[in-house]
Amino acid sequence: MKEMIRTDKLVFEYIRRDEEGNVEGITRAVDEVDMSVSPGQFIAILGHNGSGKSTLAKHFNALLYPTEGEVYVDGMRTEDGEHLWDVRQEAGMIFQNPDNQIIGQIVEEDVGFGPENMGVPTDEIWERVDESLKAVRMDKFRKSSPNHLSGGQKQRVSIAGVIAMHPKCIIMDEPTAMLDPTGRREVIRAARALNQVENITVILITHYMEEVVDADRVFVMDKGKVVMEGTPREVFSQVEKLKELKLGVPQVTLLAHELRKSGVPLPNPILTRKELVDALVGIRNSRKK
Amino acid sequence: MLRDITLGQYYRADSVIHRLDPRVKIVATFVFIISLFLVKNFIGYLVAGLFLCLCIKLSTVPPKFIFRGMKAIFFLLLITMVFNLFLTPGEALLSFWKIKITKEGIKLALMMGVRLVFLITGSSLMTLTTTPNNLTDGLEDLLKPLKKIRVPVHEISMMMSIALRFIPILMEETDKIMKAQMARCADFESGSLINRARSLVPILVPLFISAFRRANDLAMAMEARCYRGGEGRTKMKPLIYKKEDAIAYLVLVIYLALIIVLGRILFS
Repeated sequence: MKEMIRTDKLVFEYIRRDEEGNVEGITRAVDEVDMSVSPGQFIAILGHNGSGKSTLAKHFNALLYPTEGEVYVDGMRTEDGEHLWDVRQEAGMIFQNPDNQIIGQIVEEDVGFGPENMGVPTDEIWERVDESLKAVRMDKFRKSSPNHLSGGQKQRVSIAGVIAMHPKCIIMDEPTAMLDPTGRREVIRAARALNQVENITVILITHYMEEVVDADRVFVMDKGKVVMEGTPREVFSQVEKLKELKLGVPQVTLLAHELRKSGVPLPNPILTRKELVDALVGIRNSRKK
Repeated sequence: MLRDITLGQYYRADSVIHRLDPRVKIVATFVFIISLFLVKNFIGYLVAGLFLCLCIKLSTVPPKFIFRGMKAIFFLLLITMVFNLFLTPGEALLSFWKIKITKEGIKLALMMGVRLVFLITGSSLMTLTTTPNNLTDGLEDLLKPLKKIRVPVHEISMMMSIALRFIPILMEETDKIMKAQMARCADFESGSLINRARSLVPILVPLFISAFRRANDLAMAMEARCYRGGEGRTKMKPLIYKKEDAIAYLVLVIYLALIIVLGRILFS
């Protein structure tokens, strides 16, 4: 099967210059990353601040070009100018700050912005706007001004704006970082629905562990490199290593980890509250016998 | 609340005037303003006034809203009228010391006053019945011919609509920064004018930095959504003239003819 996104030895360097334009220093933000994402997957990229995860994400949308190595989106090399707009249409992007990515003054106009840019005929724009607002359940607010919406609602509008472009893949660059817990849940639910119902590949960049539990694959980044990779189960079983990378694990997983350290025979890892309850009940029942 | 500020004071209603194509309204406003300067006698002003009243009636905007805009120009109005009243030479009606009021002065002052009031009322009727967005769309379309002489019409209208979108956001941010500085004992209210102006620096600097950051983010978000200028772009809400708009244009032509005939030719 063709890969949705593939990177080959991707390197990206920020060059800092002083006032005269001399090179002061080079920061390697992304360092030889090999990554491949199959269509329809839900991928999570984890990493603390400055680990290069956002820089990596901007490569998937051809907003940045690799210093070395290559990035392919649906088989198209992002550096080839001829595919630029196809790449951007196929790989939609959601950013962190909900205020800074809404262009329209009315919700429906903002959702229509992408299709307008692509030159979609007027009637079809309206169809697309309708269906994408419904997909994120924001159709009630279509005539509202974005300034009157909550953070979570604004992010859902942004998501609708990307869906209206009919992408194959959505890259979400810390979409929940500026939201309250309710907003965070709304956005993650919308992302998951897209993945499952519409079969759109989702790449979620985050530092909230709870959002990662249901992902198909998790990549952990540190200092521009991918340091861990696997299913959430595989990654979260290494609590100590994640701690070294200054990353937490979901609360339940941490609790189970501590319990295990103090001698409770729990399986490793435990990702959800239900799993923990079941395991504890199991232990109690076996002791009764 | 700051979030509720709408620029151009749009009054939400569903009237004939509201439904008109923004291009019609922009053209009409211009024609109306020009007509005010064509008029030379009171009959003409009467026609203009009646036309304006008709439009206001049709727009269902309460007159209260329309005259609210008048407060801003009250002083301008006063000064214009006073100057015209006292400084027009002619046949003196009243005079004491060096000041005299002339017949011509009264006439001119009244004319200027009425003209200004009509001008402001007419243009605020346009902004009251047209959303800022529609207004920019209309302007973009009307200015299209300027593209031939390389005026970036699409870009200008895009800039205008982005500015409109960000005004409330930046207002809120200003408020936030002010409160943050006030919490650290900044004083914006007392002191001389110069001191007060100086105290604005700690507000403006962070505001500008944040505005630049936002602009950067927004540019990236627009690029990510395939924005590449006006070329090959379709419209979600294209402007299409309807029957009502044709009628409106017709009414406008009739009005202009009336003004010219009555206000300049017949009673001059």
